[in-house]
Amino acid sequence: MIQLEGLTKSFGDRRVLDGVTLEVPDGQNTVIIGYSGSGKSVTLKCIVGLLEPDRGRAIVDGAVVSELDRDGLAELRGHIGYVFQFAALFDSMTVAENLALGLVRRGYDHSTIAARIEESLAVVELSGTEDKYPAELSGGMRKRVGIARAIALKPRYILYDEPTSGLDPVTSAVMDQLMVRTRDLGVTGLLVTHDMRSAFCVGDRIAMLYDGRIRQLGTKAEIQATTDPVVRQFIEGRP
Amino acid sequence: MSPPVAARVSARDGFVAHVGRRSLEAARALADVRTWSPLLLGQMRRLGVDSVPIALFIAVFTGIVLSLLSSYIFTGAVPLYFVGALVGKTVMMELGPVLTGMALAGRVGASIAAELGTMKVTEQVDALETLAYDPNSYLVVPRVLAAALMFPVVTAFAMAVGVTSGWITAVNLLDLSTPEFFKGLKLFYKFKDIWFGLVKSASFGAAVALMGCARGLDAKSGAQGVGLSTTRAVVLGCEAILVLDAFWALVLL
Repeated sequence: MIQLEGLTKSFGDRRVLDGVTLEVPDGQNTVIIGYSGSGKSVTLKCIVGLLEPDRGRAIVDGAVVSELDRDGLAELRGHIGYVFQFAALFDSMTVAENLALGLVRRGYDHSTIAARIEESLAVVELSGTEDKYPAELSGGMRKRVGIARAIALKPRYILYDEPTSGLDPVTSAVMDQLMVRTRDLGVTGLLVTHDMRSAFCVGDRIAMLYDGRIRQLGTKAEIQATTDPVVRQFIEGRP
Repeated sequence: MSPPVAARVSARDGFVAHVGRRSLEAARALADVRTWSPLLLGQMRRLGVDSVPIALFIAVFTGIVLSLLSSYIFTGAVPLYFVGALVGKTVMMELGPVLTGMALAGRVGASIAAELGTMKVTEQVDALETLAYDPNSYLVVPRVLAAALMFPVVTAFAMAVGVTSGWITAVNLLDLSTPEFFKGLKLFYKFKDIWFGLVKSASFGAAVALMGCARGLDAKSGAQGVGLSTTRAVVLGCEAILVLDAFWALVLL
């Protein structure tokens, strides 16, 4: 389970997170919604140890992330897949090499790596793109390769950072299906987005991050029926 | 057990603690041979072999100018065969390593800073970390080692070509025969002339690559940030070469 306890993070004078507390139950997709710049990506980066919180703790499977040494952090990251907002594929490597990199690190043999690559690309419906470079792929395909790279490691958790931003509605729907399918494979998902259609499609639970804190947390139905004016305004997209 | 991340990255620590922590991280990255060793050969080809043409181009013209310049300075006062001595000493001990280093600071330093800077701003460095790689082991160590190993090789070629072009110039454009040129070349030659230049160039290589990596991994704010980092890497690389040049002259001469 992923737990956030009073997570606080500032950049200069700007306090982005101001005591975020949240539990991400296993086997579900939890979605964090919020305005651009509200600290959604910062939250994910604190969970995976890319950023260190000023106060509070991110706890994954009982381990406090900011208290882990480099080896402990590497071990933890072996259980967490991370899908970056702009995919963050290594542009000097082919799709297959991108997927293989994390598997090589974990010491798998060649046949296992080849099988995992084939299996993961099949899940994201990109079989046959092994030898292509990221520059040869569309934005949506790059994001799907990003998901394939994450699921190739067979992680317990996948953190999705704005996976549908900048995509057309059909490709967004494909991404949503993919995240639901990944959850059905038993992977716990934490998704940050401001795309409400995607949030309602993918999320089992939805939390709104506002003013550095979790403003409301609830099931899809609870959020849809909310009377909180801030949450209401956001989900309805009213100016 | 190594210190937790929180202790490693806090910006509030003092300078000594910061340097100590950086050294510890560098040592840990260097010890991670499994990560950097498969990448070393590729970097040696990219940073070293691909830099040979520009280094040789500079060496050819340095040899020509040195030959003509020394003949102009010596005319009437010093025997002309001293042209060989001046060309040899200057190319091997100073201009070979320094001019090659400067050229490679532009080519190699800029290339490293731009590549790593782009990786940084497009979150590829973060992606490496999430895949449990240490960016220092994967990105920095192979580049620094490759530059430290290959700068002396490129410099050795530049020395040979510089002296050769000086000799060809002396024979064809000055009133100097081949035996006279080589008489001058051997007159003050010591083996130290060569290894002094090569040791310097190894340190130049390490410094240029380190500056490139440091500036690249520090890049911020998109294309403009990458451009700034690249410029700073080249400037810092050139400055490091001049400082190290003076350092080695003080220590080894």
